[in-house]
Amino acid sequence: MIRMENIVKQYKLGGEVIYALDHVSLHVAKGEYVAIIGPSGSGKSTLMNIIGCLDTADSGEYLLAGKKIGSYSQRQLARLRNRHIGFIFQGFHLLQKLSALENVELPLIYQQVGRRERRKRAKAALESVGLGKRIRHKPTELSGGQQQRCAIARALVTRPNLILADEPTGNLDSRTGQEIMAMLDELHQAGNTIVLITHDSDVAARADRLIRIVDGRVYEDTAGGDADKQDLAKEA
Amino acid sequence: MESMSMAFKAILSNKMRSFLTMLGIVIGVVSIVVLTAIGQGTNAAVISNIEDMGTNLLSVSIFARRNNPVTLDALRAMNREHESIAQVAPLLNSTGTVKAGLILYEDGSIIATTPGYDQIRGWTLRYGRFLTEPDNDNRSFVAVLGQEAAVELFGSVNAVGLTMNYQGYTFTVVGVLDEIGTTVSGSGDNLIIIPFSLGERLFRSKGISSFYVSATGSDTIDEAQSVVEAHLDKLMSTSTSSSSYRINNQSAMLEALNESTSQLTLMLAGIAAISLLVGGIGIMNIMLVSVSERTREIGIRKAIGATRGNILSQFLIEALTVSLLGGMIGLGISWGACTMLAPALGMTMIFSPSIAFLAIGFSVLIGVVFGLYPAAKASGLKPIEALRHE
Repeated sequence: MIRMENIVKQYKLGGEVIYALDHVSLHVAKGEYVAIIGPSGSGKSTLMNIIGCLDTADSGEYLLAGKKIGSYSQRQLARLRNRHIGFIFQGFHLLQKLSALENVELPLIYQQVGRRERRKRAKAALESVGLGKRIRHKPTELSGGQQQRCAIARALVTRPNLILADEPTGNLDSRTGQEIMAMLDELHQAGNTIVLITHDSDVAARADRLIRIVDGRVYEDTAGGDADKQDLAKEA
Repeated sequence: MESMSMAFKAILSNKMRSFLTMLGIVIGVVSIVVLTAIGQGTNAAVISNIEDMGTNLLSVSIFARRNNPVTLDALRAMNREHESIAQVAPLLNSTGTVKAGLILYEDGSIIATTPGYDQIRGWTLRYGRFLTEPDNDNRSFVAVLGQEAAVELFGSVNAVGLTMNYQGYTFTVVGVLDEIGTTVSGSGDNLIIIPFSLGERLFRSKGISSFYVSATGSDTIDEAQSVVEAHLDKLMSTSTSSSSYRINNQSAMLEALNESTSQLTLMLAGIAAISLLVGGIGIMNIMLVSVSERTREIGIRKAIGATRGNILSQFLIEALTVSLLGGMIGLGISWGACTMLAPALGMTMIFSPSIAFLAIGFSVLIGVVFGLYPAAKASGLKPIEALRHE
């Protein structure tokens, strides 16, 4: 699903060049549940932005679902995010002025799905996360856990190839966080590919595989069997 | 369609601000439409005023005081010789006090002329008759009164047959004119019209210093003018230069007036357009605020797959909707103002559809022009940075 080779992302700070990502290579297969973990400033957010096609790498090769992203235009990237990636953010990132249903419909609007079809699919997605009775509520009328579930519904409604969750429990109390994590487990069981970005090792422990990023490099990768990746990990 | 409903939602979600933004456009459109309506109304009123005086009318002033070769006979000859001339009538002006019994009338304008002058000016009679040839030939002491003069002197009765005094002479009223109203050349209702030959004596003025010519139609007016010019040139050939007379062509005057009033209308519209422009800047201002307020929204939309074009059209349509709505409201208000205010203020206002369309078109253009920059700014935001924005 994800295939990254020697991804480099650098920033210029004053006169100095800082490597946010220093030749990162990683592979994620379809159906995997991967947690990317690292302290703040490690480059994991940059990595997630590149995986999520919100940002592009300075060099290296990135293939998502077999597509080479490097040469994609902004427009193509937007389309890719729309169709292949479902985002779950720490801050939920719902539009405050829209109802839960309208929020979930939004990615389908950009896919130009007809109104009826859109309604039906958004409703189904909300029902699947247990918000079937709250589709008319605005985000401000929902609890944190419900907002995050609404965001999950929005991520799922396009049936994406990859679910990208960035600190999904960061703004929630531990009990609600558990609920959300249980929901991600379910999604994994249903065959979805999930990449989870977190700094919390308890959260990361729920994933099948753990990739630790330190100083812009892959420091540890618990994937078994793949010699390439282990070599890379040792090298780092 | 989707972007349309999105725009409406955004506008409705901030009603007060949208209303205030719209207000700029509303005021702009109202001022354009109403001011041009007033301008065109005034134009039409002035033109119809002049047209009432007759567009086939020439008025000629002679400046040669001594050896004035223009005589009544010369005018009659001119009338006879040329086909394009329908009527010719000389005119003498004076003022003075007219008495009827104990009543004094001092506002009268006393003119001396010949039969036919009523036709030249397009006047009609309420009572009695106009001057006749025998009146002129016999220097009869008869008078035709304007509406106001008749009422002032005799009240609202039929004044024909009654008598009045002027310079010690007793005049018999033979006719009263219908109401003429006030025209560019002054009030027409205070006239006291006496035979030309009598006027020459009473006013102690020899020769014709001013006369009116009517052409057979408005299409022959230019021909009539050149005929009159030729005739006068011949009469004055040696004694004086051609600058010793002046001909006022009513239709030429009409054209000039028409031009100047439409220029005035254009100027009014131009001033009003500036207010529309200011309204447009208001839109830009609000849209820019809206963009920076909704940075996170833009980031979210982009993250879940909105393209630059999606964001651009969202904000552009929002600006366009505000300006179009403002334009429509403004048009409604101006229509109301034109139909209700005009009679109340006694003004002629012409609500022209072409100006209405123009104003709407202009406000849409303003929406696009001033919405474009904020929309471009919004669509150019980077998703990660926009998402990080609080």
